[in-house]
Amino acid sequence: MVTYIIRRLLLVPVLLFGVTILIFGMLQFLTPVERSALYVRDIPKTERQVDGIILKYGLDKPIYIQYWRWLVGTIDPVTGERTGGILFGDFGWSRTGSQPVAELISTRFPNTLDLTLWAVAPVILVGIWLGVQAAVHHNGFIDQAGRIFSIVGTSFPTFVFGLLMLMVFYANLQWFPPGRLSTDMQAVVSSDSFKTYTSLLTIDSLLNGRFDVFLDALRHMILPILTLSYINWATFLRVTRSSMLETLRQEYVTTARAKGLPERDVVYKHARPNAMISVITLAGFTVVGLMGGVVITETVFDYPGIGKAAAEAAGQLDVVTVLGFALFNGLILIVANLVVDILYATVDPRVRLS
Amino acid sequence: MTTHTPTGDNSLLGETVAMRKIGRLERFLGPENYRVLMGMFKTPASIMGFSLIVFFVIIALAAPVIAPPLNPNDPYKIPRDGFKADPQPMGSPWNRNQPPLPFWWKPIMKTDQWVHIFGTSQGQYDVFYGVIWGTRTAFTTGMIVVISTFLIGVVIGSVSAYYGGVVDNILMRIVDIMLTLPFLLAALILAAVLTPKIGRSLVPSILALITFGWMGYARIVRGDILSTKERDYVMAARVIGVKDSRILFRHILPNAIFPTLVLASLAIGDVVLSFAALSFLGIGTEIGYADWGQVLSFARNWIISLNQYWYIVVWPGLTLVLFVMGWNLLGDALRDVLDPRMRGKT
Repeated sequence: MVTYIIRRLLLVPVLLFGVTILIFGMLQFLTPVERSALYVRDIPKTERQVDGIILKYGLDKPIYIQYWRWLVGTIDPVTGERTGGILFGDFGWSRTGSQPVAELISTRFPNTLDLTLWAVAPVILVGIWLGVQAAVHHNGFIDQAGRIFSIVGTSFPTFVFGLLMLMVFYANLQWFPPGRLSTDMQAVVSSDSFKTYTSLLTIDSLLNGRFDVFLDALRHMILPILTLSYINWATFLRVTRSSMLETLRQEYVTTARAKGLPERDVVYKHARPNAMISVITLAGFTVVGLMGGVVITETVFDYPGIGKAAAEAAGQLDVVTVLGFALFNGLILIVANLVVDILYATVDPRVRLS
Repeated sequence: MTTHTPTGDNSLLGETVAMRKIGRLERFLGPENYRVLMGMFKTPASIMGFSLIVFFVIIALAAPVIAPPLNPNDPYKIPRDGFKADPQPMGSPWNRNQPPLPFWWKPIMKTDQWVHIFGTSQGQYDVFYGVIWGTRTAFTTGMIVVISTFLIGVVIGSVSAYYGGVVDNILMRIVDIMLTLPFLLAALILAAVLTPKIGRSLVPSILALITFGWMGYARIVRGDILSTKERDYVMAARVIGVKDSRILFRHILPNAIFPTLVLASLAIGDVVLSFAALSFLGIGTEIGYADWGQVLSFARNWIISLNQYWYIVVWPGLTLVLFVMGWNLLGDALRDVLDPRMRGKT
């Protein structure tokens, strides 16, 4: 186990280095002037300013020096102040967000995390339940229905499904509006009496005792949750079903049946726990994927998470901001994949022994 | 070399082995690959998927006849009936910039008045025209991306499997790194970076989808080659002294690649979906280009009144769903056939 973890940990710096190279490489498509947004607020106008900034931040230096400066930033020889440097959390200035990229991420990320926390349970639990049912009733009605559902589900683009949801539940029925909060609730939240504890709106509203804000926030999240669930169920159903079918064919299941155990116990106590092993990885990746900001879902429902911010910045070709989001996303993913892999190895000894 | 017909004197076998005539296609592909191909046309679902794809191929080929373009030199530009912002309902007549009347309209409708069959979207873009010509865009982008990613994947995967060792290690780490970023976000970023360089067209999105799309194939091809290397017929070829390169190109590659090739061709649905997603986010083609994601993105500004303007979502949306579903239905049948437990069954 220890060797496995060490081997897996050794991969982390490689991935980190690779992802920064990948993102830095994409930055090279920009002109030095555009790249100056990494270090300064206003894009320089006059030729003298441009030259000054290129000189100061070494934007015309060889690539490896630029890469190093991008990592650690530039220290002003007079004031000793540092500008830039992604290692120190300075991702540059966001033109579309009119604030530093790091600040933009830190204001948007709690919203994404909030949505993730609420979406995880329906996405994973219902998805697994569907898969188990399909496997238990193999080739039966539920299985066939599940099969059709998963084909239709994977064929439905997120944005088409989202727009249809909005058409029915917002435009027609006026039940679930897009956005984050209604205007009157927004006023409550931005007032001084509303204290911020975790930045997660649903939790903060409960801690403040404002149940109306909580319900309003939840009301705005129902459609995104529904959309995320719908598109993920198809995958969960498929993976759980095939893993469960595989397990039900094992000899120890036959033994359990031969001993005369009730079918319920055979399925839920003997087969299901073992079938879950391969589902764990999928669940891990799904949670990580949700945390990374679901670009399309957040955009369709006008939900102010990091996915929507990234899409907006990309739409207006604000590359420094988008790459900041990519970097953040890459970091989350590398760490989370590590956790998932280690958890997986803990659950399934076959992995760490191979 | 003489060909041996499988139906010879089998009197010794008697009734024990059922004789089956082996067609030319089966002999060309080999029994395993033939089974894979035929398995895709067995179930009602896969036949439905195949029919859907044929339907879209016909629409794409017949696009100039179904919806004649205003300017035959620039058919992908959706004709605009004026510049008013609000979408116009289905069946409203063309007033300005009317393209030529299609030949099938008059016999059916008994009128010379060409109308907006699916209504118009924001800015008076004709939805019907966008849906019909968008089919061509979908096939073009889908095929370019699938062929390119597949070729890159095959090259990287075979180099990796053939040389092994350090080369394999480096290539597979590059694959790991490129898979770290979520596919759509990575493609979105690259397309956004490339757009100012190349200009608004299909190219930035296509390049982005290719750059971040080949890794899966590289992994699969590598794995398939490694396992095919161990098959008995490769050993047999080696024993009778066949050259290494000939073993790789004539024995290993054709057998290792065929399942991946079929899998890749069915990925057109997914590629079109990702491409539409990028267009929907406003990356890629210029506004008014006949492309499904673009047509759908107009709906983003009319969410409050979608109960009235439902046709600007439903028609392009339904088209996209049916297109992707066609490929998925075939893909689902293929997954069953490729399942190792099914091997040897006909």
